[in-house]
Amino acid sequence: MRTFGSLLVRGLIVGLFAGLLAGTFAYVTGEPRIDASIAIEEAGAHAHTHAHEEDHHEDPLVSRDGQRAGLFLATSLYGVALGGLFAVAFTLLRRKLRTGNDAYAALGLAAAGFVGIVVVPFLKYPPNPPAVGDPDTITRRTVTYLLTLVIGLLAVWAGVALSRWAARYGDVARLAGGVAGLVGTVVAAYLILPGINEVPESFPATLLWQFRFASLGTQATLWLLIGFGYAVAVDRRPIRSKVAAA
Amino acid sequence: MAAPARSVAVPALSPKLLSVALLSVGLMLLLAYLVGFDQGAVSQSGMFLHELMHDGRHLLGVPCH
Repeated sequence: MRTFGSLLVRGLIVGLFAGLLAGTFAYVTGEPRIDASIAIEEAGAHAHTHAHEEDHHEDPLVSRDGQRAGLFLATSLYGVALGGLFAVAFTLLRRKLRTGNDAYAALGLAAAGFVGIVVVPFLKYPPNPPAVGDPDTITRRTVTYLLTLVIGLLAVWAGVALSRWAARYGDVARLAGGVAGLVGTVVAAYLILPGINEVPESFPATLLWQFRFASLGTQATLWLLIGFGYAVAVDRRPIRSKVAAA
Repeated sequence: MAAPARSVAVPALSPKLLSVALLSVGLMLLLAYLVGFDQGAVSQSGMFLHELMHDGRHLLGVPCH
């Protein structure tokens, strides 16, 4: 038995490490794409304000090098937050997960979180590099994005509930029920939610998708490491009982 | 052989546990908000936090300008 404090601290530590490594992945795969996008933005702005070049140079609040370092800060803090939320979810949902093995429970919960919080929003509103979004729609985009997070988690829950209900009709029905619950909820939500297409015609498609896969990979790294890290952290028994078991 | 069943390692649900868990969720959401959604309107940092974590925000899939 572990106390809630111990479960939470494990989540925070696992989240911190997962965030740091996700930041490394993002730095290697994402930063070159962000630099390329900003270069495109600046080339466009330069052509625009060619006449008044003297007032074009304003000092940025944070330099590009600062932002590159800030990337690690962002992914680490986000990892800590997700790790903490994961630990709370594990504590509250553990008894509902039908496995006797805490490590499997952690992995299942991480898979559910990745599908609900990352994959479902990604497919409806794939992330864009800098220089693409319209600043005027940021509030609307934030609200719809948060909606897809909630809908993603609801869809996972619907999938689990339907698969458990259908289990009485056999294994095929159980699987079909899970898929139907998940996909049905997601498709219904996608049809209702507004489409947002702000990528300029001139923006290179290859760069856009390289950025999007870097973003997906960053979040996959984060969730994979939280799942496996927490599985190890929560599974670790006192050394004495390991020796006794051996 | 199937993986051996182990005892469930979480404490039983109680009002105290729920309140502490809820408080933790609030703190974690505040942290996530600072990373992902702070535009300088609520915090007193202006756009500094936003700009500092700008690259991470884009790569974590959060909407941004």
